[in-house]
Amino acid sequence: MATAEASSNMKKVQVRRYKPEENADTNYLNAESGLRSWLLTKDHKRIGILYLIATTFFFFFGGLLALGIRMELWTPAATFIEADTYNQLFTLHGVIMIFLFLVPAVPAILGNFFLPMQIGAKDVAFPKLNLASWYIYMIGAIGTIFVIFAGGIDTGWTFYMPYSSTTGGAVTFMSFGVFILGFSSILTGINFITTIHKMRAPGITWGKLPLFCWSLYATSIIQILATPVLAITLALVGMERLLGIGIFDPALGGDPVLFQHFFWFYSHPAVYIMIVPGFGVVSEIVSTFSKKTIFGYWAIAMSSLAIAFISFLVWGHHMFVSGQASLANMVFSFLTFLVGIPTGIKMFNWLATMHKGSISLKTPMLYILGFFFLFTVGGLTGIALATIAIDIHLHDTYYVVAHFHFVMVGGMVMAYLGGLYYWWPKMSGRMYNETLGKISALLVFLGFNVTFLPQFVMGAQGMPRRYFNYIDQFQGFHQVSTIGAFILGIGFAMVFYNLVKSLFNGEKASANPWNSRALEWQVASPAPPHNFDHIPVLIHGPYDYHKPMADFQLGLAQTNGHEPEMGTHIEADKEVEMKD
Amino acid sequence: MANKTSTHAHPKHLYHHFIDSEQQFSAAKMGMWIFLGTEILMFGGLFAAYIIYRAWYPELFTMASHELNTIWGAVNTVVLIGSSLTVAMAIKSAQLNQKRNIAINLGITIALACVFMVIKYFEYTHKFHLGIYPGEFYTFDGIEHPKANIFFSLYYLMTGLHGIHVTIGIGLMSWLLWRSLKGDYDSEYYTPVEITGLYWHLVDIIWIFLFPLFYLID
Repeated sequence: MATAEASSNMKKVQVRRYKPEENADTNYLNAESGLRSWLLTKDHKRIGILYLIATTFFFFFGGLLALGIRMELWTPAATFIEADTYNQLFTLHGVIMIFLFLVPAVPAILGNFFLPMQIGAKDVAFPKLNLASWYIYMIGAIGTIFVIFAGGIDTGWTFYMPYSSTTGGAVTFMSFGVFILGFSSILTGINFITTIHKMRAPGITWGKLPLFCWSLYATSIIQILATPVLAITLALVGMERLLGIGIFDPALGGDPVLFQHFFWFYSHPAVYIMIVPGFGVVSEIVSTFSKKTIFGYWAIAMSSLAIAFISFLVWGHHMFVSGQASLANMVFSFLTFLVGIPTGIKMFNWLATMHKGSISLKTPMLYILGFFFLFTVGGLTGIALATIAIDIHLHDTYYVVAHFHFVMVGGMVMAYLGGLYYWWPKMSGRMYNETLGKISALLVFLGFNVTFLPQFVMGAQGMPRRYFNYIDQFQGFHQVSTIGAFILGIGFAMVFYNLVKSLFNGEKASANPWNSRALEWQVASPAPPHNFDHIPVLIHGPYDYHKPMADFQLGLAQTNGHEPEMGTHIEADKEVEMKD
Repeated sequence: MANKTSTHAHPKHLYHHFIDSEQQFSAAKMGMWIFLGTEILMFGGLFAAYIIYRAWYPELFTMASHELNTIWGAVNTVVLIGSSLTVAMAIKSAQLNQKRNIAINLGITIALACVFMVIKYFEYTHKFHLGIYPGEFYTFDGIEHPKANIFFSLYYLMTGLHGIHVTIGIGLMSWLLWRSLKGDYDSEYYTPVEITGLYWHLVDIIWIFLFPLFYLID
């Protein structure tokens, strides 16, 4: 009973402790069964799993394409495929990895699953829209894959004009597919922002919002502001090919540089759509596995928003050699340096969180340590590329390829895998094999470095990206890189094996195997169908490891005279004061 | 699931994951506002292209806009503003619990939207007749400018995308009309009417920008 003894905006509510149930009979996986119950589900957790299955498939498909590229580059001339096939391979690799894996992975899988749980909600604000976004994603994805059979596409993932309006193949089809994928991303963004604003449980003020939610909030802002511009740009590319509208095509009087402006206005912020949710995962894992309150909560939360803001002002750094005005180059270069500030703030705060923490080196934490190393290299090489004079030399070389893979694979994929291991017990109800997990984490880290460190050297020496042939002096680097790619591939396969195997014979997970204070760990594993059978109440911050666990399992006492369900452990009522 | 057996009346329209109708209503409204933001960004791409080409070829825009019929454009502007008024009246009727007036106002809004599309249809076909097609299919020779086709590409793209939005709006409001005739909306619950109204105002506002930018240059 909310005894509203209002002293300014504080009110007293009556709460009870709801201990998470161990070995609960019903969970979200077995509450309903049959294919229909999955394909028509409105449960955010099941939709997260649907995304997990789809993106995993596309991740391995895109990965195989990458292995094809690396095998082809084993020798300076043709190794086993035609030049034209090679062009299609790297185009598809880019499109699939970016639009089908990197953009949806963390928000649509982990975000869908854990955002509502972290804020104590039963679901996202618009569950039907959430399911619709998965179907839209699948339609776009199938369209994108179908391109292979419709003549292929060899423009690179950037679809640069005027080549993309004149080359053969299925460019129109592909731009339509990515256009559709964009809507899936927009719907997820709308859903998350509304959910965070409107669905937070009592006590979850903005200052107690988990940092994963803050990062998803920043990501969603970028998604809703940038993706529509990509949509209209790709629609214009399609129209250019169908009707010859002449906006971008110089042969018809248009301006191809305008296309680059439009494209990078989306695609630069898009790289933050891919990495910022990863930052959120890092914050959760670092705090949990250091058993320590996160250092600089507000600095980390606000730096995500700062990155989102700056991301819209830097697109011109992709166009230093496009003939853009030199004043514009200088401004874009300067603004790009600014991105380093909020990112650096995050990095230092995470390290400070670990300082004097009680660090446990479980698999998720290993990935995050890998993230620190790789993302720092990726970020600092980004600063090098933002320097105009250096960029003129490094533009369109393997240096850019290596930089991009360091931030995307070294940053985002490492954070994603860390998050997947971290939350796996809550998602599947099973523990993965820790030894195998650690070995595969090391293999991924090792394989990644062997693949991409040589590419920095090659790039600095002038090896251009996307080339089918190369001069003999680069062969050694290319071969090391190819070997690394296979080690990396084996590492990813082991991750897959470890997680899938745990479904069959993994140890049963307890409700809170990591002793985390976060709200999603205060319910049974796997998660209950409606997340919480009570309305959770938060009185401390989500990372207050110095406070007793019992304080994090509070919920509003039932006010209607009904006793809570059997099996829920209730301790005596008590009153807490909280901000409304 | 103890909280499901709440003693409070649980209205039919309230989804299980919301605590009360108020939360559901404000969430829906916020979601729609964010969506409208994405719409503005999407049209923003085309407006940016318009601004750039107009800055490059100001004389082209003045010449080419003479081919557009200002009278019909003005009529369409009045028609759309009128439909924005009637959709607002539909929402007001819902708030006042006048169920019959919701349906009447929605019906008028749909009719006005259809009038807009019919006028647009005649404008388009008239231009096609003259050979004013978008892009490379452009064959009209009444404008002495090598890039006249680009002006009309922009015209067709922007009014076309707007027309698609009008058509979607007609679909949405027909569905609302059907449900309001069933008596689904009253002062307790009219969320779909409210958020479709928001969408419709945006469609109207975009036209209010398109009309002077294409028809009223010079």
